Amino acid sequence: MSAELDPFAEFFGFVRSRFHYDFTGYAQSSLRRRASRVAGRHGCDDLAALQALLTARPELFTGVVSELTVPVSEMFRDPPFFRELRERVLPYLATFPLVRVWIAGCSTGEELYSVAIVLREQNLLERSLIYATDINPRALQAAEAGIYDVERMAAFTRQHQRSGAKTSLSDHYHADEHAAVFDRTLRERVVFSDHSLATDGVFAEVQLVVCRNVLIYFGRELQDRALGLFADALCPLGFLGLGPRETLQFSPHRAAFRLIDEETRWYQRT
Amino acid sequence: MVPAHLSEMWRAWGVPAAIVIGGSAGSIEALGVLMPALVAGAAVPVVVVVHLRPSEPTMLPLVLARRCALPVRIPDDKQPCSAGVVWLAPPDFHLLVELDRSFALSLDEPVHFSRPAIDSLFMSAADAWGPNLVAIVLSGANRDGADGARAVRERGGLVVVEDPATVEFPVMPAAAIAAADPQIVAARPAIAALLAEMTAGGAPA
Repeated sequence: MSAELDPFAEFFGFVRSRFHYDFTGYAQSSLRRRASRVAGRHGCDDLAALQALLTARPELFTGVVSELTVPVSEMFRDPPFFRELRERVLPYLATFPLVRVWIAGCSTGEELYSVAIVLREQNLLERSLIYATDINPRALQAAEAGIYDVERMAAFTRQHQRSGAKTSLSDHYHADEHAAVFDRTLRERVVFSDHSLATDGVFAEVQLVVCRNVLIYFGRELQDRALGLFADALCPLGFLGLGPRETLQFSPHRAAFRLIDEETRWYQRT
Repeated sequence: MVPAHLSEMWRAWGVPAAIVIGGSAGSIEALGVLMPALVAGAAVPVVVVVHLRPSEPTMLPLVLARRCALPVRIPDDKQPCSAGVVWLAPPDFHLLVELDRSFALSLDEPVHFSRPAIDSLFMSAADAWGPNLVAIVLSGANRDGADGARAVRERGGLVVVEDPATVEFPVMPAAAIAAADPQIVAARPAIAALLAEMTAGGAPA
C-alpha cells in the first residue's frame, strides 16, 4: 500500500476524534462500501465531502452512524435455524426453571420477535427472560416498538411457516394498510438495553445466545472479543446460534464450544 | 486456443495473485466453458459471484464442481482466501475480501438489485490485491460489475470482459467495457484458454 493517506482511514479518524465513535475493529471491506454509499445518499461525491458536511452539520451524525451500523434484518431468516431452535435447543432449555436468552446485536428487532414467537409456541415465553441489546439507540427504539412495514409480512410468514410454526404469524401482530404492530405481550419478558460488544462486559448468565449476522461486520479481533463474552455469559451446555456463514473455526474460543449442527450453525458451550 | 496476442498481453501485464469472476444472466453457461479450463493445483484463488434469486436453493456449487479440477467451496466469514480453490459467493450475502485476504460477508443492501454483488467483490478485491488481480466480467443483463471492474483497472489490475457481441445478455459486459476500458475483450473460448494459461502458472518468472 502507498504511504499517502487513505481517504477511508482519514474519514474514520475524523469520526473517532470528532464523535468518539470507533470503527477500527469493523470488517474494513464492507465498511468501506457502506461509507461510500452513505456519502452518496447524503449528496456527497466522496468521504472528504461527507466529512465536510458532518463538520458543518454535526447533528447529521446520528443518522450517519445508523446507516453505517444497522444491518438490514428479517424475521425467520433461514427457517431451518428456527426449526433447530424449536426441536433441539428449547427442549433442553425447558428443563431450566427460568430460561435466560441474550439476543446480541438485536438491531431493529426482527430476530428478537422471531425468537420470542418460537418461545411462545413452545410454551416457554412466560418463564423466559430475554435481554435484547444493541449499540444503536435508534435501532433499539425500533426493536422496542415492534412495528414493521406490512409489505414485509408475506415473506416473513412464509419463512415462519417453514420453521415448523405452530401458529400463524398473523396471530402475533395486528396490521393496518401500512404497518404490522407486534403483540406487546411478546416483549413483556424482554429487557432492552444499550450494550456494545466492542467495549462492554458480560451482564448476566444466560442459557441461550442468539447473535446472527452481526459478527460478519466485525474484524477478527472484535469477533474474538464478542465470542469471549458469549463464552463467559453462557452456562455450561448453553447454546449459541450464529448466522449460516459464521463460524468459530477461526477463533481461539472454538475450544469452548461444540458445533451441534453444521447447516444451522448451532453451537453448545462445553 | 488462446490467440497469441492475448497471451502476450497478459504475460506482459504481470503475474496474477487472484482471479475474480462475475456474471449474471447467461453466466452459468459461460462458467460451464470457463471452469474446465482451470488447472488443478492452481497457485491462485478463483472467486466467483453469480446473481441468483436469493430464495432459490442452488445446485451451482455441484454444477461447477462437476466441470472443474479445483474444489468448489462456499466460504465462511473470515475464511482465508486460499489458492487452488474456486470460492463461490453464498446466496443472499455480499462476498468481500479483507486486506489480509480473508473473506468477509455482509448483508448490506443489494447493489444494482443484487446480493451478492459483483461490484462489492471486485472493489474489495482491488483493495486487497491491487495490481495483481485479474477480474473477468461475463454475460449479464444489468450493470453490476462495471464500477468494480473500473476499480480493478485503476489499481493496475487486468480486466477481461466477454465480448458483448458474442453473448446472450450483453448489458453487463458492455457496461464494464464503457466503465473500465478493459485490456482484454474476448469470446468465451479465448477467455477459457487465458484461464488455463494463468492457472497453469505459465507466467514468466
